[in-house]
Parts: sequence; structure tokens; C-alpha cells
Amino acid sequence: MLELLQRLFGREEADKSKNVAKERLRLVLVQDRCSISPHILESLKEDMIGVISKYLEIDEKGLEVNLSNEDNYLALVASIPILRMKRTYAEEK
Amino acid sequence: MGEVIVITSGKGGVGKTTTVANIGTSLAKEGYSVVLVDTDIGLRNLDVVLGLENRIVYDIVDVTNGHCRLKQALIRDKRFESLYLLPAAQTKDKTAVTTEQMKELCQNLKEEFDYVIIDCPAGIEQGFKNAIAGAERAIVVTTPEVAAVRDADRVIGLLEAAGLKEPDLIINRIRPDMVKQGNMMDIDDIIDILTVNLIGVVPEDEMIVISTNKGEPAVLDPRSNAGEAYRNIAKRITGEDIPIMPLEVNEGIMALFKRLIGRKK
Ligand SMILES: Nc1ncnc2c1ncn2[C@@H]1O[C@H](COP(=O)(O)OP(=O)(O)O)[C@@H](O)[C@H]1O
Ligand SMILES: [Mg+2]
Repeated sequence: MLELLQRLFGREEADKSKNVAKERLRLVLVQDRCSISPHILESLKEDMIGVISKYLEIDEKGLEVNLSNEDNYLALVASIPILRMKRTYAEEK
Repeated sequence: MGEVIVITSGKGGVGKTTTVANIGTSLAKEGYSVVLVDTDIGLRNLDVVLGLENRIVYDIVDVTNGHCRLKQALIRDKRFESLYLLPAAQTKDKTAVTTEQMKELCQNLKEEFDYVIIDCPAGIEQGFKNAIAGAERAIVVTTPEVAAVRDADRVIGLLEAAGLKEPDLIINRIRPDMVKQGNMMDIDDIIDILTVNLIGVVPEDEMIVISTNKGEPAVLDPRSNAGEAYRNIAKRITGEDIPIMPLEVNEGIMALFKRLIGRKK
């Protein structure tokens, strides 16, 4: 009886429209916030090349850096082709 | 030297103008000298909310163009001697004022007033850029809806990029009964998402409509819940430490019924 009344008058957590609103808001903000200006992305790339080149010889032209929005979270995805390990770094124990 | 505060939101119709009129009136009532600047050029309405629409002679564009002196364009409020309005121009467009002119205007105003409160137009284009140009502090208004919170998030990003760090948030038009039923996002939901400082919560209140009809801000009506919320926000702006009270919940018949059932168990 109580259950019936609860089903009539209250709804399950998940159907509450505020939870729907929250989830939709979260998703839309993940997308909004992941837009990064091409200018900033470019300077991020340059800095990354600078840092990584200290340790590895990389193919700068083949480097790809992007923001990706997978499974509702935001990630910085970089694909960096390595040409060669730096000898000095390999030698150091 | 006063402080320049911009009230902004991104989305239109969430209560910026209502907020400016009420906070401004409340600050003046507390004895501060206040000027309210309507930057919604082409869609002037702060004058109407304050009941000052019949007194306008010059407007903000007349000032920035040098057609009149700043003092000539300021309209004194009917009720408070220390409250003034600088109205928007109705027939010009938003490009009639530049950000440089706005900065200079704000600089001049804050030499004369304790608080310079700027009513920002909707959107994030030139009108928004002008409104924030001379501000030192920003208050973002939102309502508990997906679109309004989304726009608030965007605006917070733009404010921070423009050097207005850590804006405060007002959540307007909360309906405690709907929050209780789970049909409206509540304060914590919104704060979790936006991660900003909350400076006040204003309930949905019919008195706002009535007070707007009359041109008398709700803060002047002791019976208005929204008016009380705005009075508290004004005090927080001046640095008073007033805790944000849990909303008085007008439960509604359904919630009451559920509670009764719960008790029998
Ligand atoms: N707390 C409230 N309760 C009821 N009505 C409100 C409330 N806040 C604003 N309103 C109404 O919402 C409408 C839009 O408000 P306004 O202040 O003009 O928004 P904006 O300046 O952001 O466009 C107005 O009709 C106003 O009276
Ligand atoms: Mg407005």
C-alpha cells in the first residue's frame, strides 16, 4: 500500500526532472568547456615539443594534440611519433 | 573611492535589471551613495523598474558623446537622495559606446559614489564587453534552469578571462516547493557545477511583478520574500557576514501528504 502511494505521489530518484536537468547540464558543459582556442592549442603544442624534445627525438610534423570528450570526461589526447630515443638519455642509468 | 560592480548573466530575462534596482535601492536605504548605470542600449528598462521613466532628459550616449555633462544626465531617485540612475539610450545601438568610454565613465562615477552598479545587457557581444569594461567586481545572475546555468558558466569564463576573477553568483527565481519535489535544481546542484561563491538566493515571488508594475523595488516592501533576499545580498556586498538562510519551504499539499503517510509507518 505504501509503495503504491509512493509510486503515485513520489517518483523514483532517477526520473526526478531535476536529475535529468543536472545530467543534461553536465554533458553540455563538458562540451562547452572543452572548446579551446586554436591559438592556445598551437602554443600548447609548441611548448610540448620543446619539453619532449629534451628527452626524445620526435616527428614535429606528425604531432597531434586535441581535446577529446569521451565518456563524459575531458581528456587531452596527444599523438607524438617518436623518431629516436636520445642516446644521452638512454645511456644514463 | 567607490566600487564598480557589474550585474551580468549571459541569458536574458533571468533578473539582472530586477537585481540592480533592488540591490541599488537597498544600498541607498542603508545610507550609501549609489549610481545605477543602464548599459542595455536600445532596450532601456531600468528606468521603468525604478519608476523614473518620466524624468529622463539625457542618457549614457549623450554623456559619452559629450552632448551633456555627466551630472546633467544623472536622475535622482524619488525616494532616496543618495540614489541615482544613468539611463541607457533608447534609440542608439550597442556600438554607440566604446569600452574606453565606459572605463572612463566608471572611473568618473566611482569618484563620486560609494557604489556604481552596472546593469548589463543579455549576450556576450559588444554590450557585454562595454558593461564589464570598467567593473572591478562581477555578480552573475542565474535561474535554476539548464540554459541559464549553461550561459552563466560561459559568462564566468569570459569574466575571468577579462580579469574579473571570482565572480559571485545569485540564484534567482528559486521555488522551494519545486526543489522539494525534485523538479528544480537546488542551490547545491548549481554551486557544484559552477564552483563559484554564492552571494544570495532569491525566491520566485509575485511581489516582484507587483513592485515592477508600480515602479517600486521589492526591497521597500517588508512582506516581500524576494525583497528580503535582496536586502541581505546588499548587506553581503558591503561586507556584512550574513549567512545564506535555507529557503523557507512552502511545502505544497503533495509533500504534506507524503509526510503524513511517512509518519504513520
Ligand atoms: N524573483 C522573481 N520572482 C518573480 N519574478 C521575477 C523575479 N525576478 C525577476 N522576475 C521577473 O522576470 C522578468 C525578467 O526580469 P529582468 O530583471 O528584466 O531580467 P533581465 O534584466 O535579466 O532581462 C521580469 O518580468 C521580472 O519582473
Ligand atoms: Mg535587463
